[in-house]
Formats: sequence, C-alpha cells, structure tokens
Amino acid sequence: MKLAVLYSRVRAEEKLLFDALDARGVAYDKIDDREVIFDLHNPAPWREYGVVLERCINHSRALNALKILNDWGVPTVNTAFVADICGSKLLTSTALVRDGVPTTRIKVAFTPESALQAIEELGYPVILKPAVGSWGRLLSKVNDREAAEAILEHKETLGSYHHSIFYIQEYIRKPGRDIRAFVIGDETVGAIYRDSSHWITNTARGGKASGCPVTPELNRICVAAVKAVGGGIVGVDLLEDPDRGLLINEVNYTIEFRNSITTTGVDIPQRILDYVLAVARGEIKVI
Amino acid sequence: MTANCPECEAEITLAKPIRGEIVVCPDCGVELEVTSESPLAFDLAPEEEEDWGE
Repeated sequence: MKLAVLYSRVRAEEKLLFDALDARGVAYDKIDDREVIFDLHNPAPWREYGVVLERCINHSRALNALKILNDWGVPTVNTAFVADICGSKLLTSTALVRDGVPTTRIKVAFTPESALQAIEELGYPVILKPAVGSWGRLLSKVNDREAAEAILEHKETLGSYHHSIFYIQEYIRKPGRDIRAFVIGDETVGAIYRDSSHWITNTARGGKASGCPVTPELNRICVAAVKAVGGGIVGVDLLEDPDRGLLINEVNYTIEFRNSITTTGVDIPQRILDYVLAVARGEIKVI
Repeated sequence: MTANCPECEAEITLAKPIRGEIVVCPDCGVELEVTSESPLAFDLAPEEEEDWGE
C-alpha cells in the first residue's frame, strides 16, 4: 500500500515526516502541489494511494485538493471537511459553540457599522481577526472606539471581500502565554506553553515554547474541540482565562511541530504516521 | 553539494538536499528553495501569500 504526501514546500516538518516514512520503509510519493493536475474524470492514479497526507501551505490548495480526493473516495489526513472548518476561524467557532466546547466569546458582523456595534457590545479591548488567516497575520487588538473605526474602515477599503466578514473576539487577559496542544485522533499527545510579552504568542511570531503538562482537563477539552471540527490531527490553541479556565482559541489542521518535539518529548512525526498508517489500513475511517 | 545563492552568490553547501526544501542563505538571509538536487540549484523561495499557514 502506497502513501502520498501532498506538500507545497519541504519545511522542517516535511523533512521529519519523510525521514520517519523512510525509517519505517513505507512506500510513498512526494507530490508538489505546484505541479499537480487533477483530472476529475480520472481518479484511478490517486486511488492507488491508501491515504494522502496533506501538508500544503496554501489553505485554498489544501481544501480543494482534499475535496477532490475525498469525493473520489481517497482517504486523506486531514479530510476536506476538517480543512474547511479549521481553515475558517468563524466556522471553527460556530462548530465549537454548537458542541458546547468552552471557547471565547465571538461576534460576527458584515458591515463596519454593525461590527462597531458588536465591538462596543463586547467591550474594549477586542481582537479583530481575518476569518481566514494564520501565523498571527493581520490580527488587531482594538483598544478604543477610535481604533475600531480606523481598523474597520481600513479593512473594508483595503482588504478583499473576506476582510469584510468581521470576526470579533473578546480579549482574554491571559497570563502572558497560551497553550498549543497536539491532538491525534482521540488523544492529546503533547502540549506546549507559548510565552510572549506580546499579546500575539504564535511561535511563528517569536513566542517561546516550553513544556505544558497534558492534564485530564486539557485532554478532555482538546478532544472535544477536535470532535467538533471533524476529527483527525490538529493543533489546538487554548487561552487560560482567570475566571473561566481553559478556552479554545483556534484549531489548526496542518500542524507545525518543529519546535515542539524536544519540548514535549513526544516524537510527533512518528505519532502522525501511526495515525496515517492506521487510516491507510482502514482501521480508522475518515471518509 | 554546493551551489550559489541567486541573490548574493554566497556558496551554500547542503549534505542531503531535497527538492522543494527551504533553506536560508547564511550570508544574506534570503529564503531559498532547492529546485534541483543533483546538481544542486537554488531559486528564491515563493513570497508568503495571504492564505498560507497551518
């Protein structure tokens, strides 16, 4: 049984996954998403793969490729369903709220006027995020009405249409850190704290990683979050609210883990392969 | 294997290059992509796009 790894760039994560596949003697093809052509009427070459591991860096490419593959009946990790939900903070939030998973308060509005009203209802400061986006890009902490008016006008005028889907999040007075938990299937395999003096704590933005114990509470909320978005292998970002405890902030579906293997002491690429190979063997049904 | 950075012409040596791999030029700091393994060749890595991420 052959596997395929669909990727955009060979980053540290992809090299670690290739090394892990080589070490196990698994047959696999490396497929660069810049060269791929899907002939919708000819799924046969792709049906030879027991599973396709998606490692694209472009959300749009990942989502569309996964949708085609899943419609052909080709199992993927993660699935198009999961990519669709996790690729949108808005869809993630509504899935979490639907399933009663503790998360931050979110308001959504479609015009600058209604967004301003929503912001004032939440109370300053608030966080404005693009519904689709990653790595802490274009996040705004809005401290007062003047800033809100300016940012809303900029987003409407300078941004593409999806920047006018206003996703407004309450600001959590977290203790100078957040938590990134790695969830594979129904287990939280490891977690890190990401410390930063800046309110944006992404390691892509300079947040420093340190070990975070996986408590039963952390595992429970993370697994509930993963179930809400459709299961699979995800990175769950959590905030520690002084009063409400752990709250899910975001769920990411093409996880970056280079900084977390030493910190967690967990061989994350091997754990990913355990899951991916179980999907290939049909022991885990994803579609 | 060795090739030159297309931006600053620094010599860059990689022990086990993989096509598509991203490396940072130790001299000028630009992100490079391995476009050929043997002979080793680099091109400037693609610029970050709006929907890039996890």
